[in-house]
Amino acid sequence: MGLQATSFQDRKRKAINIAALGAVLGLAFLAAVPFVLVSGYILVKGIGSVDWAFFTELPKGPGETGGGMANAMAGTGVLVTMACLLGIPWGMATGIYLSEYGHGKTASILRFTVDLLTSVPSIIVGIFVYGLIVVHIGYSSYAGAAALAIIMLPIVARSTEEIMKLIPNSVREAGLALGLPRWKVILRILVPGCMGGLVTGFMLAIARVAGETAPLLFTAFGNQFYSTSLDQPIASLPVQIYNFAKSGFPDLVRQSWAGALVLVGLVFFLNFGTRSLLYLKNRKEIKS
Amino acid sequence: MTSSTGPILTVENLNAYFGDFHAVKGVNLEVQRNEVVSLIGPSGCGKSTFIRCLNRLHEEVPSANCEGRVLIEGQNIYAENADPVVVRRKVGMVFQKPNPFPGLSIFENVALGLKLAGITKKSVVTEIVEWSLRKSALWDEVKDSLSSPGLSLSGGQQQRLCLARTLAVKPPVILMDEPTSALDPISTAKIEELVMELKQEVTVVIVTHNMQQASRISDKTAFFLMGELMEFDETSALFTNPKNLKTEQYITGRFG
Repeated sequence: MGLQATSFQDRKRKAINIAALGAVLGLAFLAAVPFVLVSGYILVKGIGSVDWAFFTELPKGPGETGGGMANAMAGTGVLVTMACLLGIPWGMATGIYLSEYGHGKTASILRFTVDLLTSVPSIIVGIFVYGLIVVHIGYSSYAGAAALAIIMLPIVARSTEEIMKLIPNSVREAGLALGLPRWKVILRILVPGCMGGLVTGFMLAIARVAGETAPLLFTAFGNQFYSTSLDQPIASLPVQIYNFAKSGFPDLVRQSWAGALVLVGLVFFLNFGTRSLLYLKNRKEIKS
Repeated sequence: MTSSTGPILTVENLNAYFGDFHAVKGVNLEVQRNEVVSLIGPSGCGKSTFIRCLNRLHEEVPSANCEGRVLIEGQNIYAENADPVVVRRKVGMVFQKPNPFPGLSIFENVALGLKLAGITKKSVVTEIVEWSLRKSALWDEVKDSLSSPGLSLSGGQQQRLCLARTLAVKPPVILMDEPTSALDPISTAKIEELVMELKQEVTVVIVTHNMQQASRISDKTAFFLMGELMEFDETSALFTNPKNLKTEQYITGRFG
């Protein structure tokens, strides 16, 4: 008897194998389709309106032509920066606790709570911050940044925890055996040792909140000019896109496509840039 | 209470546990200054747990605890007011697997302990780093690449880097937990040579699975079995004329 697959069973098995492989492969490629379609459509609709004025000028009123979204871009920059200042240290501290100290029941409950926070709809976060801050000091950058920071918190916390757990325990013991207190082992050895991974987590969190619209509607509110004070409403790209898109004025709708393109591009380059930097850094370390 | 005569390390009735498991049972042991002491015994006999009690690292494992007295230079490291961080500056440790700090350069790996202990003057740090790397016979191999990552070195070099890191903070006692079990024979020979040289300055307690290694490098040898210290004697006496039947059976390869 030869070793060729000739029987009916063998041929059936091969056919099933090919069909299953084809299905998995096909669906995997299909997963890329939404991204390609969305970014392609935004690119086509928006590219014509991304001009110099879009980046440098303030919005014009309804019915007028021209103008840009300079204030919204600046506003998104301010809001995301402030959210990072609050959300990254807060989330990191939570993640460090969960990874380095969290062995007992308290930690399990905390970890579960953080996971639940991830699934709280962002508009609910906005309403929460409205009640907490906006009713006292009004629509402001503070309120907007707080809402974004709350959305960042669980993402940063869980990514920090997962990354730090990857460090072998022997490294912690080496630090302790050297006569370092635990907090110094964490801050001077563990955190620098996994900085690359931590930054990736931060970037994912930033990319997530840079495009958030719902929580900003109730908190940062938005305006048509440059904000000069952090306790006043501030514009942001997602809210501006939302407002312009539903305005019905052709010139504003056109600009909101441009805004969408800029926002998607921003998030894309943030992700891409971080990953390239990490890749280069790792390659350098392995080489030398 | 610090005395320069008498044993540098005295262990009195030491018991160590992992939860309900009794890993080290009532061990008494004395180590003199500038001695190399080997701990031998089958896997799981408690020798690693035992040395991890000598720098209070055992208690860092959740559910682990120990009781008894361990005196370093006459002072009980388990005294109520003894601080594990201070204890560990006096008792250094080299581990089984080389574990350089990730992301830090060769220089930083050695300098970190100094810096965090408060020695920040650059010239002093540089000097001690060079001294430590020379002492661990690594200097000639790395002097031109001090800024390369510690992890870029070979396994044997990494282990010598870990030794240099330990030496830099100048502990009077150094514990080694099977420091050569992950290394090739040439790297192993280098580490053994270093241990014998270091004896001039420090006291070494070394866990090993290799009985030839124990007889080559140590002045005294302790045989552990099932958490108990079965026999502790001059190395030559223990290997040529063991008093305990179990020791004899172990060193002649009849079990373990």
